Amino acid sequence: MSESTDILKILEQNGPMISKEQIAQMTGKTEEEVASIIAGLEKDNIIVGYKTMINWDVTDTEIVSALIELKITPQRGEGYDKVAERIYKYPQVKSLFLMSGSYDLCVIIDGSSMKEVALFVAQKLAPMDSVISTATHFVLKKYKDDGLIFYSDEKDTRQVITL
Amino acid sequence: MIDYEKLLNNKVKTIPPSGIRKFFDLVSTMSDAISLGVGEPDFHTPWSIREAGIYSLETGKTFYTANAGLMELREEICNYTQRKYNVSYNPKTEVLVTVGGSEAIDLAVRCLISEGDEVLIPEPSFVCYKPCATLANGVAIPIETKEEDNFKLTKEQLKSKITDKTKLLILPYPNNPTGAVMTKKDLEEIAEVLRGTDIMVLSDEIYSELTYTPEGHTCFAAIDGMKERTIVVNGFSKAFAMTGWRLGYALGPEAVIKAMTKVHQYAIMSSPTTSQFAAIEAMKNCDKDVAEMVREYNNRRRYILEGFRSMGLSCFEPLGAFYVFPCIKSLNMTSEEFCQKLLDEEKVAVVPGNAFGESGEGFVRCSYAYSVESIDKALKRIDRFVKKHKQ
Repeated sequence: MSESTDILKILEQNGPMISKEQIAQMTGKTEEEVASIIAGLEKDNIIVGYKTMINWDVTDTEIVSALIELKITPQRGEGYDKVAERIYKYPQVKSLFLMSGSYDLCVIIDGSSMKEVALFVAQKLAPMDSVISTATHFVLKKYKDDGLIFYSDEKDTRQVITL
Repeated sequence: MIDYEKLLNNKVKTIPPSGIRKFFDLVSTMSDAISLGVGEPDFHTPWSIREAGIYSLETGKTFYTANAGLMELREEICNYTQRKYNVSYNPKTEVLVTVGGSEAIDLAVRCLISEGDEVLIPEPSFVCYKPCATLANGVAIPIETKEEDNFKLTKEQLKSKITDKTKLLILPYPNNPTGAVMTKKDLEEIAEVLRGTDIMVLSDEIYSELTYTPEGHTCFAAIDGMKERTIVVNGFSKAFAMTGWRLGYALGPEAVIKAMTKVHQYAIMSSPTTSQFAAIEAMKNCDKDVAEMVREYNNRRRYILEGFRSMGLSCFEPLGAFYVFPCIKSLNMTSEEFCQKLLDEEKVAVVPGNAFGESGEGFVRCSYAYSVESIDKALKRIDRFVKKHKQ
């Protein structure tokens, strides 16, 4: 495993909470080496950003998520990229993927109400010239997102000492 | 009134109970203690293995299996051993699926040892070898491995303990509690001493997957001429995080496996069926899960090692298993005093080294089968403790 892969895996699992000093200790490098590798990874856009996973369902904040299937007419010379850009620049769009299969773009949207999401689809996405059709699916419950299980009941039930 | 002391078997009475029982009971009552005392993975069994177990139950696989274990599992164990360690075994005659590696150890010792036979046991090491030898009417001969030898068994030490009564050598590597490993070269030196003798070897390789050297683990049976005298014990507990499934295996010469299977047949009948079906999945499809766990252990290994060294404690670099074995002699306490005081003052539980043989005195075993967060918290407390007592 390359040295940067090891650091990437540590960061992916632990997030920005883990210090460079700790990473250095875990990988057997100096803190300066780790800092320089991370800086390089950030500069090359391999580390795109740092985020915290939040289960909004158990807070007072109302968040409605939806997955929208878009069928698109690709544009000459630009394919899907241009229309994708017009879509992902909206802050409401959490994720955007180009898909194989029966539709082209998969848009994941967060809003504060179903109405807000529906209006966004109706007023922003559907009217775009290259959008042929939309199908909106609201998320009812998130069990697992981006590798994290939201309602895990697996605790450490080991005996305190075993030989 | 029955006097049970008179009734109990004399051999059983001579075996001391686990030395840390009292300590364990004390730790168990402390809800706010942090423990680094556990000898099993913190990971849960990979889901595909659990799912295979569940599916076997759903489809009614709830009967005994063949005494030696499911043929499909034995075949997969042989494939795995060939793939990983380049040793080939016949699944029909040279494999026995047991209730954990522990049963395999007990069976091997019972099948090889007769009254008065000597069993060489490098120490510090896991606690079961000595009692198994005693119960089989053998004589346990400890060999003290040393920190300056990286807790390896040296050929000189081995030679000096061999007598005409020596029947069996235990090779407990990668080692619990020290984390020591024996490289191919080290094993070849041991093999050189054994060639031409009738001494058998029980190579307990339960931690084989958890080896952090670039060359990886070498199976003792892979050393030229050693397969005929070696019983390899391995299992699913450590590598696949399957301790509770209680499943291990022994690989060895047909005559020995046949004898072990005979005892297993009367004592156990067959190993748990659900666990065996789950284990097939482990052998076939879980190399990636294991690699991921090993990567994580290796990070924690470096982390905790650096933690102890920066406290000024001398700490040998463990290259296997999931333990560090720092030396606490500079604090002028015995291992047990250290553990007791550390628990009282900082509420951290670690295991005294002498629980693994007298040569473990002056050391403590700390497991890193914990999250970095827990390790970090424990290290901070131990650091404070060491500073306070190291005037």
